[in-house]
Amino acid sequence: MESTAHLFKDNVTRALNDAHLQQALGHVRTKFIDKRQQAMAALPEFEALRDAGRDLKNHVLSRLDEYLVEFEGNVKKNGGHVHWAATPAEARKIILDICRGTGAKTVTKGKTMVGEEIGINDHLAANGIEPIETDLGEYIIQLRGEAPSHIIAPSVHVTKDQVEETFRRVHTDLDPNRNLSEPSSLLHEARVKLRGRFIAADVGITGANFLIANSGTTTIVTNEGNGDLTQTLPRIHIVLAGIEKIVPRIEDAGLLLRLLARSATGQEMSSYTTFSTGPRRPEDVDGPDAFHVVLVDNGRSKLLGTEFEEMLRCIRCGACLNHCPIYHNVGGHAYGWVYAGPIGAITTPALIGIEHSAPLPEASSLCGRCEQVCPVRIPIPKMLRAWREEAFERRLHGNRARWALKLWAALATRPALYRLVTRIGAGALGALGGKRGRFTSLPFAEAWTAHRDLPAPQGRTFMAMYRGKK
Amino acid sequence: MSSGPRQQVGLFVTCLVDLYRPTVGFAAIALIERSGPYTVVVPEAQTCCGQPGYNSGDKESALAIARQVVAAFEGFDYVVAPSGSCGGMIKTHYPELLAGDPAYAARARKLADKTYELTQFLRDVAKWDGVTAAFAQKVTYHDSCSALRELQVKRQPRELLAKVRGLSFKELPNGEPCCGFGGTFCVKFPDISNRMVEDKVANIEATGADVVLAADMGCLLNIAGKLKRAGSKVEARHVAEVLAGMADDAAIGEGQ
Repeated sequence: MESTAHLFKDNVTRALNDAHLQQALGHVRTKFIDKRQQAMAALPEFEALRDAGRDLKNHVLSRLDEYLVEFEGNVKKNGGHVHWAATPAEARKIILDICRGTGAKTVTKGKTMVGEEIGINDHLAANGIEPIETDLGEYIIQLRGEAPSHIIAPSVHVTKDQVEETFRRVHTDLDPNRNLSEPSSLLHEARVKLRGRFIAADVGITGANFLIANSGTTTIVTNEGNGDLTQTLPRIHIVLAGIEKIVPRIEDAGLLLRLLARSATGQEMSSYTTFSTGPRRPEDVDGPDAFHVVLVDNGRSKLLGTEFEEMLRCIRCGACLNHCPIYHNVGGHAYGWVYAGPIGAITTPALIGIEHSAPLPEASSLCGRCEQVCPVRIPIPKMLRAWREEAFERRLHGNRARWALKLWAALATRPALYRLVTRIGAGALGALGGKRGRFTSLPFAEAWTAHRDLPAPQGRTFMAMYRGKK
Repeated sequence: MSSGPRQQVGLFVTCLVDLYRPTVGFAAIALIERSGPYTVVVPEAQTCCGQPGYNSGDKESALAIARQVVAAFEGFDYVVAPSGSCGGMIKTHYPELLAGDPAYAARARKLADKTYELTQFLRDVAKWDGVTAAFAQKVTYHDSCSALRELQVKRQPRELLAKVRGLSFKELPNGEPCCGFGGTFCVKFPDISNRMVEDKVANIEATGADVVLAADMGCLLNIAGKLKRAGSKVEARHVAEVLAGMADDAAIGEGQ
């Protein structure tokens, strides 16, 4: 996927002025938060589960190589195939080769964020194979030619009216006078449209929420059952997953499942949790003839052993997006690449380079709500700071801010000089603004005064007054 | 450690209180000294806690300032800041920031252990219950992100305000989100920050309060500035002014 993360500020301006987007984001601001809160309240051991989730993921990351090899061995034992892709290009080639090998014309897809990372849809389409998204939200944005704006709710930026508009524009074979005013009528129409595509598809591609090492099983959760149809009906099932998705045993997947849906949608469990272990066996009533797992690195292994390793604990629940005041205001597309919100602001620099995404870690007030809700306790603010440090060291932000910081530090480490400068500053500002108590505009403070007044200081510094009183 | 009956409390004034609102510093001194056998000392060698550098990737500057603060404050029995932000910087971030410096790592941890945000100190250390101030106004309270999430301070200011005579308290709806200040964030991303403070101010207005209180000058400058720009009559003050009975000066952003 082409990134516009470096154009974050322009993206923000557009997002803040997009009335449809602002209306759509209203749901995120309240609904997700309340539901998660209710789910937590109903599960007293939730905090302990978060600790256990963090510890499990840390353990896995410390032995990622061993578990991946164990997983590969068990997939093979079950009659499946494992492919290792270091880069998006390698992953695309592997998938295209499999599709071509079976003469595929259409490919159904369950939701996969790694699929977005590697740009699989465009690649298949460019090679004459039609990809069809089957998650309702993904289906909507595919028709609209958009990327997901949220990890679990890809079309959260689209209003119901816009969905109706899109369906009427694309589904031209249906009665133009049909009633699409209810969400259920939109859902029904998508189901009707997708049903035939599920049956006709030659290959089904899904992501994976977990890869279970000791059985070679892959796991997905959905609320629509589209993943099951995608992986059981076509001749070939391809699972596309990041290497960090591994867990040792099915019980470990159980632990993370207890955290996942509660953190994401406030559900106890998603409606469908599906375990896939190899291709169809002779005694099975259905299932694919071939089962492929494509393990994608794309920069992940490089993070192991660094201060950024902890971000690999992410189970892609979206809770940090749902609680982020920045995301609430600008939505997901402003972040410019696959992953939005706080996790996007630390993941995008890791996967495409801080030099291509330097504004993202800056765009946070470090309010800490993301860390407060993360089911595996990723210290997101700490990592935002770490990226800022890297950007500062590599001088990615220009010299003005740099000099301002250095000047401030030079003053702050010379208390006597600092006293003098602050005394003069407070005195001048106090004298200028004291009568009215505030400034409506002030040179060098336009970024502040564009939107709010700047309160005036009382006039004398505390330190000067304190010394006077002693 | 001083061994006398009175314990020495170092006041970390904070740069914004020093520059903007000395009243808050004096209110903090009065409150600490009323709350128990404490003598407040204000070290001359203090300026800033180092957050501008720390949060902007300038680790070198942050380190230089942090070392200065450690040296200036490590001799006290307690260190108190009328700010969750600066208090949180010393208490939660200094140990991490200085962890790699053998000359300072242990000292930073020790300092962190005895550093408190003002209301946290008054309630949790001094166990103070003796507020005598009166303030006959309808009040709401904004929790700063750092106090709320870094220091888990929420109950303490409310317990103290409950003792203020004549004060009626109205909880701020949807109070947990950030007000949009975020240090340099508010000038790096002014348009996003503006949306955040718009939401905050709308919630403050919805309480029908006369006054919004908070324990952090950064949030207060942001919120007061937005209230005034919006033509609101709601006033903004630091909680220490009200608790100390020193709320006679013009409120933040109000003319004299």
